[in-house]
Amino acid sequence: MKFFRSPQATPYLLLLPAIVVILAVVLVPLLVSFWTSFTSYNLVRPDSLYNFVGLRNYRRLIGNDDFWWAFGRTVVFITIALNLEMLMGLGLALLVNRITWGQRTLRTIMMFPMMFSPILVGFQFKYLFNDSVGLVNNALFALNLIDKPIPWLVNGWLANFSIIVAEMWMSTSIFAILLMAGLLAMPKEPIEAAKVDGCNALQVFRHITLPFLMPFIWIAMTIRSLDVARAYDMVKIMTNGGPAGRTELIWTLMTRTGYQNSQMGMANAMGYISILLSIAFTIMFYRNLSKARVFMGGAQ
Amino acid sequence: MSARTIEKPWQRWLLRITLFIAMMILVVPGAWVVMTAFRPNVEVMARPPIWIPQDWTLNNFLGIFGLLPDRQQGLPVERYFFNSLVISLTSTVVAILVGMMGGYAFARYRFKGKGALFLSFMLSRTVPGVALSLPLFILWSKIGLIDTKFGLILVYMAINIPFTIWLTDGFFRQIPADLSEAAQIDGCTRWQAFWKVEFPLARSGLASAGIFAFLTAWNEFALASQLTRTTASKTMPVGLMDFTAQFTVDWTGMSAMAVLIIIPALILTFIVQKHLIAGLTFGGVKG
Repeated sequence: MKFFRSPQATPYLLLLPAIVVILAVVLVPLLVSFWTSFTSYNLVRPDSLYNFVGLRNYRRLIGNDDFWWAFGRTVVFITIALNLEMLMGLGLALLVNRITWGQRTLRTIMMFPMMFSPILVGFQFKYLFNDSVGLVNNALFALNLIDKPIPWLVNGWLANFSIIVAEMWMSTSIFAILLMAGLLAMPKEPIEAAKVDGCNALQVFRHITLPFLMPFIWIAMTIRSLDVARAYDMVKIMTNGGPAGRTELIWTLMTRTGYQNSQMGMANAMGYISILLSIAFTIMFYRNLSKARVFMGGAQ
Repeated sequence: MSARTIEKPWQRWLLRITLFIAMMILVVPGAWVVMTAFRPNVEVMARPPIWIPQDWTLNNFLGIFGLLPDRQQGLPVERYFFNSLVISLTSTVVAILVGMMGGYAFARYRFKGKGALFLSFMLSRTVPGVALSLPLFILWSKIGLIDTKFGLILVYMAINIPFTIWLTDGFFRQIPADLSEAAQIDGCTRWQAFWKVEFPLARSGLASAGIFAFLTAWNEFALASQLTRTTASKTMPVGLMDFTAQFTVDWTGMSAMAVLIIIPALILTFIVQKHLIAGLTFGGVKG
């Protein structure tokens, strides 16, 4: 008890509630699911929670093509979406930053997509890409670009394309806002100096603006890669993994296995393989962030 | 900026046109759904399409509340809205309080295991919502938290606390430690110094952390859809699923519900948006 009264205890006491909540809501469930991933746990047979089967779930997953397709698709999805969002967000931030008049209004408009929840974005784009009443097909018809409706969400390739479009609409502004914040924090003197020295706009961007923005870019990437699970909501609504599993991501496959097929043990084994993926992405971005910070030197 | 390079007129126009197109892309998809919420169903199905609503109507809103005579079955939207509000507000307030304490500890104290603790908080966020929903479902059903507001509040707290700690840590670091030390020399206790000096200065950071936490809880779907069953705890995003119960989606009703989900988010974001940009910079990059 003496320890809790001492001044050294203060930070621990301050952190205690946070630690308790995280332990109870994240760590304990993870331990439970870690256990179930070694059992044949089936939702309709509760006693199977104690039926230990060793590595059977993991062994089956290794030979399961559907799972690896979903896994690969998730990696490709994250890679394409994150990079495109980053490029477009950077472009948007630079554009808005060039405008001196009405910048605040533009910034507010820029935040518009951020207010839509992912599930709403899913419904919204399911509606926009609908082949009979959707805005996209209607507009293409009106412009005489097509003569029969394009089945955006029914064709496998087009469905993947539509999901990436929806994801980009939702998240590009998050990148733009983060990078905008970086641009606002940027000191003006180096740019002025470079211009006096005769650098053109491209050189200024390449050698001064971009290096300064790199930490912001990596932070945005880290935050977004942590949030990719949000894509679950959209995919679930827009295609629910269809047509014929062509847009299945790890998360939709997992929920289907766990809840629809009741194979909780198998689903949790998938979960563990996929958490490794999230951790890998986080570590990769975090490393890049640290490097970019070092490069910034005294600015921090 | 004084020494801005003088642009040629065509460059200025190119810039404006590009910006206009970009803003249209950002606004139109959302605005289209909002517009649909005020159209009669006939207009949605019309061929050739009707671009600008001709017949503005509130029937879609009345319809989802079950206030139209011909469409007798409404949805318990007001229950969903109330649940969402209670769950989001409670979890946000608690997450901010708990997160602020944690952030303050990280910003102001040196202690054993600090780095490891900080990293653990970060890593707890790498667990995606869906991956957590399966084990939480098992646990919550064992202790009877399925389909309760408390069950969801607890989950959203856990999701928001790490992020709040991260943001507030950055904000408290921004405030020079001398300020609270000076207050303590003037006779304040550490506690008083915190409330009178540091808390007001960190307010904008807390505001932006708050809006993030609220929006996360307000918009969350994956966990809510598994942990809720009835009107006792179903939230708005889960309620939106009611529109796909049939083979065809009721687009006008869905759009009306969408508007109801957006409004609180919109109002809150406009109120707090001034702090938003500041919150993102300081919390995120300066560590």
